[in-house]
Amino acid sequence: MQLYSLTIHQLHDLLIRREVTSKQLTEAIFKRIREVDQKIGAYLLLTEEEAFQQSQEIDKRISDGKPIGDLAGIPIGIKDILCTKGIETTCASKILSGYIPFYDATVIKKLRNEGAVFVGKLNMDEFAMGSSTENSGFQITRNPWDLSRIPGGSSGGSAAAVGADECIAALGTDTGGSIRQPAACCGVVGMKPTYGRVSRYGLIAFASSLDQVGPLTKDVVDCAIMMNGISGYDPLDSTSVNIDVPDYKKFLINDIKGIKIGIPEEYFIEGMDPDVGKAIEEAIRIFENLGARVVRISLPHTKYAVAIYYIICTAEASSNLARYDGVKYGFRTKSYRDLMDMYLKTRAEGFGQEVKRRIILGTYVLSAGYYEAYYRKASQVRTLMRQDFDEAFKDVEVIITPTTPTPAFKIGEKVKDPLQMYLSDIYTIPVNLAGIPAISIPCGFSRENLPIGLQIIGNHFEEGKILKVAYCFEQNTDFHLKKPDLNT
Amino acid sequence: MKMDIEKVARLARIELSQEEKKIFGDQLEQILNYMEQLNEVDTSGIEPTSHAIALFNVFREDEVRPSFPKDEILDIAPEEEDGHFRVPRIIE
Repeated sequence: MQLYSLTIHQLHDLLIRREVTSKQLTEAIFKRIREVDQKIGAYLLLTEEEAFQQSQEIDKRISDGKPIGDLAGIPIGIKDILCTKGIETTCASKILSGYIPFYDATVIKKLRNEGAVFVGKLNMDEFAMGSSTENSGFQITRNPWDLSRIPGGSSGGSAAAVGADECIAALGTDTGGSIRQPAACCGVVGMKPTYGRVSRYGLIAFASSLDQVGPLTKDVVDCAIMMNGISGYDPLDSTSVNIDVPDYKKFLINDIKGIKIGIPEEYFIEGMDPDVGKAIEEAIRIFENLGARVVRISLPHTKYAVAIYYIICTAEASSNLARYDGVKYGFRTKSYRDLMDMYLKTRAEGFGQEVKRRIILGTYVLSAGYYEAYYRKASQVRTLMRQDFDEAFKDVEVIITPTTPTPAFKIGEKVKDPLQMYLSDIYTIPVNLAGIPAISIPCGFSRENLPIGLQIIGNHFEEGKILKVAYCFEQNTDFHLKKPDLNT
Repeated sequence: MKMDIEKVARLARIELSQEEKKIFGDQLEQILNYMEQLNEVDTSGIEPTSHAIALFNVFREDEVRPSFPKDEILDIAPEEEDGHFRVPRIIE
């Protein structure tokens, strides 16, 4: 067994038993990256020097006999949307190339304090706008299970890197499914926490009422460890919520007898791949065999999720991305006549196609005469969608659904048809609109040997309950142990 | 076509090529048509949701404290001069 293929909790045990050093582990990860990242393209930037400094500090703590936390000495990859002090942060956009933040995002600061080792910055769709990582301004990332397919997005670099053992765990962000959908595509675990559970300070904003930071990991135990590391109130984020964070590891109990699980009928629609349907049916049987009570429920406004989402997220993006004007940081066009011309050309040259499309759409739905018809209408239907979940959680403890309608699609398959691309997020978007937490875990493979993800949704701040159900499933299946073969 | 794409792109401060105008125009029309389905839903009397959780004003003590260092901020600016951001002439 190679060091890079192990989990956080396995490596933590080896570190504290002094059977391995963080330096050896860090070396193993960089060796692995050199071997496979030419094929995958997960990393935009490696921070090798800093990583070895961090690992050295942890090794010294261990040899001095001092206690270390669960994440100390563990190599972690970071989605390039999170600000890292002194390390270039681009959001995979040309408009931010060369941008070196002078502060850390709160989640980065928290992991730094825990002694995590930062491997590098991971590729993504530009400004997190996309479902395939094909919208990166710099490179595409390939799915470790099939190099002709997308890794999902927008946290495609994070999911591919964890799936290909190029880091032990990674941070991603999720606005409409951007952690869970790539986790499903790459056969790893990914959690979007409750809105407000994790600080957004230093997360480069796309749609502020929807964005959340969360972990991508190799199993559910690691997900709980990462959640412990990043959760909590932050005075620097006015939307972070000041309530106690439980120890998520305490929820990892292999017993779900009597728990009531809801299956929303609206999620089993035409357009769902038959292999996905079969895997989810099999997962439902497993839950029933473990003693859960599975009941059919209804979330009647599900079909409006994509329409609501692409009004609200583009509206918020158009105003958030107004800051990229070529004045304060990032890219400025080379030649221009006057101020207006500088704005127009800087943004024309700095932004990619999808970002332009979304800014224009968002500007339109907020513009005079259209605001009521689009933005206000969408915000009202969003209320009804939230109420669907409120009703459902009066009856059931968690809801399970597929994470995606199909396994990973081919690179290039949907780039010319944005609406088809948007529809690939239909199962993950409602969760962001309601602000509730959800996880995606591996639950099977298609006939083409592509991973399939199961989504478990909980009520506000019930990440613990989700982790318990996910852990129990994982303990009784072995899908999470399968690895892609990158040697052929 | 619902959208005057030239006008909206200018409001968004993005210069579009002729080709982009054509492609975006078609794609955005298709997307806006898809969004029409929201009109099926009766939303009379429904409060809009702008955030999924209740938000409160957050205050801090009104104390003097250091800002980000000016030289570090100017270091990453596209153009600077004498401790200021440099931009094209704004006032004629």
